[in-house]
Amino acid sequence: MPDSAEHITCQEVVELVTDYLETALPADETELFEEHLNFCEGCVWYLDQMRTTVATAGRVREQDLPPETRERLLAAFRDWKRS
Amino acid sequence: MPARIDSTEPVVPHAEVESRVSPAASEEAELVTRLRAGDERSFEDLVARYHSTMLSVARNYVKSRAVAEEVVQDAWVGVLNGLDRFEGRSSLKTWILRIVVNTAMTRGGREARSVPFSALVAEDEDPAVAAERFRGPDDGFPGHWAGYPIDWRSLPEQALTGRETLEVVKQAIADLPPTQRTVITLRDVQGWGADEVCAALEVSEGNQRVLLHRARSQVRAALERHLDA
Repeated sequence: MPDSAEHITCQEVVELVTDYLETALPADETELFEEHLNFCEGCVWYLDQMRTTVATAGRVREQDLPPETRERLLAAFRDWKRS
Repeated sequence: MPARIDSTEPVVPHAEVESRVSPAASEEAELVTRLRAGDERSFEDLVARYHSTMLSVARNYVKSRAVAEEVVQDAWVGVLNGLDRFEGRSSLKTWILRIVVNTAMTRGGREARSVPFSALVAEDEDPAVAAERFRGPDDGFPGHWAGYPIDWRSLPEQALTGRETLEVVKQAIADLPPTQRTVITLRDVQGWGADEVCAALEVSEGNQRVLLHRARSQVRAALERHLDA
């Protein structure tokens, strides 16, 4: 159990946030992290910003393949099929 | 991620990490069967799904985009030639990316970069949030926010879901150093699990998280600059 006098700062929260979201923080640090969120609205909003960032990245669609690349790969496929 | 045992296969010790079978394993098995039978449509699907990821990974190992494209082309031939040996112990995408990495490394000589994912975590990286956003050591609450970040939930929904915002994120990802870009692309854009990324890139869990953290922090900062403007 962490010492009750122990705490983490906002500046530490922003560096631990990924480990927290990945559930990679040790139990005692998770506890300190969540205790901090209980009294710090700014860090609650920061955590929400990180979740929103992840969700927004999930909506990015990667570029379509250029037609010449597609054709070249299909030619390679046909070669392979014949062999 | 729940581990599942594929009952159709004997569990054989394997040099590579993966013993978990993804939930999409049966779909993958069907895809592999169609590919082996020479189904062109299935190959096109596979290319559409993985080509840009392969390129992004290859780019970490070679100096130019042109060489990366050749590597990926060669890797596709390697995938086709290796299909008969694919046994589904790893997921298809992990297996494909291993082929990309091996193909890129085999090019060797002048074009190869040395071990990009192992020696990549420099100590002197920028913090996730600039130090001046926090109260200084002489303040009563050192290390606490000087001014709170904005509550994005209070913004109109359009601000976050709009096309322009999506472009900001896309550009921020494109501007990242290659290793960070690869990790955030696999994790957050493509939705891979941490274990899949570690296996495909042969990066430790700790380093994978460090790269993901730096990447996400940079992208968040870009979003913040855009949304606060």
